[in-house]
Amino acid sequence: MKKLYNFNFVSKFKIANLASIFLTLISLILISFKGLNYGIDFKGGTLIELRVESDKITITDVRSAFSNMNLGDLNVKEFGKKGDYLIKFEKKEFNKNSNIKSIKGNVINKLGVDANFRRIENVGPKVSAELLNSGLLAIGLALGAMLFYIWVRFEWQFSLGSITAIFHDVLITLGIFSLLSLEVNLSIVAAVLTIVGYSMNDTVVIYDRIRENLSKYSSSTIEDISNTSINETLSRTIITSVTTLLALGSIFVLGGEILKGFSLAMIIGVIIGTYSSIFVASPILKYLKVSYKSIAKEEEKN
Amino acid sequence: MLNFSKIKIILIYFSFIVISLFCYSNFSDSENIFLKKKINLGLDLQGGSYLLLEVDSTPLQNRQIQSKVIPLKKKLIEKKITYKNFKIKNNQISFNISQNDKEKFDNFFTDKNNDINTFLDKYRSFELEYNLVNNQIIIGLSKNGIINLNTSAVDQSIEIVRKRIDETGTKEPSIIKRGSNRILVELPGVKDPERIKELLGKTAQLSFRLVTDNKTEFGNEIFILTDTQEKISVSKRIILTGDNLIDANPKYDNINQEPIVAFTLNRLGSQRFGQATSKNIGKRIAIILDNEAISAPVIRDSITGGQGTISGNFTFQTATDLALLLRSGALPAPLSVVEERTVGPDLGQDSIDAGVLSLLIGFILVIAFMIVKYRFFGLVANISLISNLLMLIGFLTLLEATLTLPGIAGIILTVGMAVDANVLIFERIKEELNKNIGNNIQAFDLGFKRSVVTILDANITTLIASIILFIFGSGPVKGFAVTLSIGLITTLFSAYFISRHLTSIIVLKNKDKKLLI
Repeated sequence: MKKLYNFNFVSKFKIANLASIFLTLISLILISFKGLNYGIDFKGGTLIELRVESDKITITDVRSAFSNMNLGDLNVKEFGKKGDYLIKFEKKEFNKNSNIKSIKGNVINKLGVDANFRRIENVGPKVSAELLNSGLLAIGLALGAMLFYIWVRFEWQFSLGSITAIFHDVLITLGIFSLLSLEVNLSIVAAVLTIVGYSMNDTVVIYDRIRENLSKYSSSTIEDISNTSINETLSRTIITSVTTLLALGSIFVLGGEILKGFSLAMIIGVIIGTYSSIFVASPILKYLKVSYKSIAKEEEKN
Repeated sequence: MLNFSKIKIILIYFSFIVISLFCYSNFSDSENIFLKKKINLGLDLQGGSYLLLEVDSTPLQNRQIQSKVIPLKKKLIEKKITYKNFKIKNNQISFNISQNDKEKFDNFFTDKNNDINTFLDKYRSFELEYNLVNNQIIIGLSKNGIINLNTSAVDQSIEIVRKRIDETGTKEPSIIKRGSNRILVELPGVKDPERIKELLGKTAQLSFRLVTDNKTEFGNEIFILTDTQEKISVSKRIILTGDNLIDANPKYDNINQEPIVAFTLNRLGSQRFGQATSKNIGKRIAIILDNEAISAPVIRDSITGGQGTISGNFTFQTATDLALLLRSGALPAPLSVVEERTVGPDLGQDSIDAGVLSLLIGFILVIAFMIVKYRFFGLVANISLISNLLMLIGFLTLLEATLTLPGIAGIILTVGMAVDANVLIFERIKEELNKNIGNNIQAFDLGFKRSVVTILDANITTLIASIILFIFGSGPVKGFAVTLSIGLITTLFSAYFISRHLTSIIVLKNKDKKLLI
């Protein structure tokens, strides 16, 4: 039979919390000053995925083929396989004389070889504003719903702890996206919501154990109980993170270019979410001086 | 927790088998009501176009306000309200009235039964609203009045959009209303979305009007003919509109050697056209389409049979398109594309390949990890994982859900997270075994019991997040929410029933032996 883990997590709380505060602050600064690199979903504009099956064409040729058409800010990059390009430009609205059809014609003309327009996305200014609003609303609602669920299931100290952990995870994930200028689009909103769910899931497992142990060892300190609970659930925490990361890693490596950003956000979120359920959610209970007595009192009130 | 009644076992495996069997119907061509259910592939996987169209109702608002002018003036006179400076500007009517008439005006304007300012029962508000600034009354459409106009324009447009798309031969388009002023069009497998966008971008309002240099009582408009660039003066009086058309087809004119559009008029149209042409032989009639004069032929003879042709430097393609537009009718207001997402079929196939490959590899990695970590019980977890996956796909088929690329990611993520429930149970059992209280059965019993609450808590939180995503997400992202939510439910089922039952068999057979977990 294997031995159960017995690490001293509580002794690391202070340094871990300082690190978390530092990272969260840096992330906030990055998000508010450097900003997020919004994709066309939220900024409006046009995206074209182009495949050119000719060795002679370089990225410079592709860029010049798209220039001089008054498309606004133009961004061309290689995308996955050789000969695949992702072209993004600012132009949001088309009219009779300047539209996708005329752009297609012009580009093929200038390249001098046939090009396959594999994907075309265009989001107008009104729709992009709506998508951004509904994305923010969805994240806000998800946070609210989590808070409500935890508030019903646990005592307020636990709600505060888990919500802090979620904010920590989402902010740092977005901070990393801002730092690396990774694109934030609709699928990143999906990733953030899943991170919220996953982080909550992880925190709840540890909290469940802490609460169980509080009543089991009513005379122990919250530090001891946190430490025991984290150790008791550590094996599960690691295994679940590993299998989830294996699945996400598989999407990241093999799932194609379109899922890269999504799976990367999820990978970052899962790692931070696992960390935060141990080093953010649990210390907060300690700072709030949760004890068997305070829990019993809460329960009486309800 | 380890005792299963026979009935329960039968129910568990019966529901598992029934749901899983639906996986098969994806590969079957049968027309059977159950076997014909299939998972739909999203546009990002099968290729196709997603177009969000918005009705621009400004011209309609303009027309609606215009239509109020004459009845309003009549009514003001009838009610003995003297008005001055009657003007129409920016979709608003304004005029001045005296201090004493204000109450009279308000009384009739806000009477629910007045025939100018219609009371919209559906919105419980008036169509028009007015403001009073220094004795000047300014009348405009109310917020609900605009919504009402938008809604009726969208309702009319949807039918016409459907007709136009059907005429192009697109298979299984989905055309639905979105909000008060938008139409969502999904065109799976469409090869040339540009042509459809062009067809939908035209209102196709056709009118026949006389060319005349004389001032008529209706007023004249100047047009430049698109074929000859000639400047013509056209009466505002409309002889015929596209509404009077019952059919239109492209034809080839052998005399002038060019494609033309031949049309057939309904009875009323034939009469009017007959009268107008017989009275005006020798004059020219202008054919105006969407505010462009496409041609202005000379009337050589009266046309009473209700048949006519339109020429105007057409190519065969433009003649075909014009005939199509005329057949399907005019849109009440212009439509513009506010969001477009088009995926080519080869990219869709690439996405399917990448998605399936990453699902397989992710699945194998997780299964291998569980075997290495838990040996024998890893096998139990893996059987439960496979049954979970079968049920997930079965459910998606049963619901005929739409599978998107993020949806495949949702399935892979389910695979990664599904073992969590099993791990929670196994770890708990391991702890109970470590305490060495009683026998295996007790340890397993306690382990299961204690982990159930945690499993529920943990899965409900993720479920909440994915349901919110389902409500707010659009397109491909919605597909992610669907697979993730169903995946969580099948995960609970497979962990709580299938792995529990399998574990119970093992434990009951090895009551006293030490179990490797």
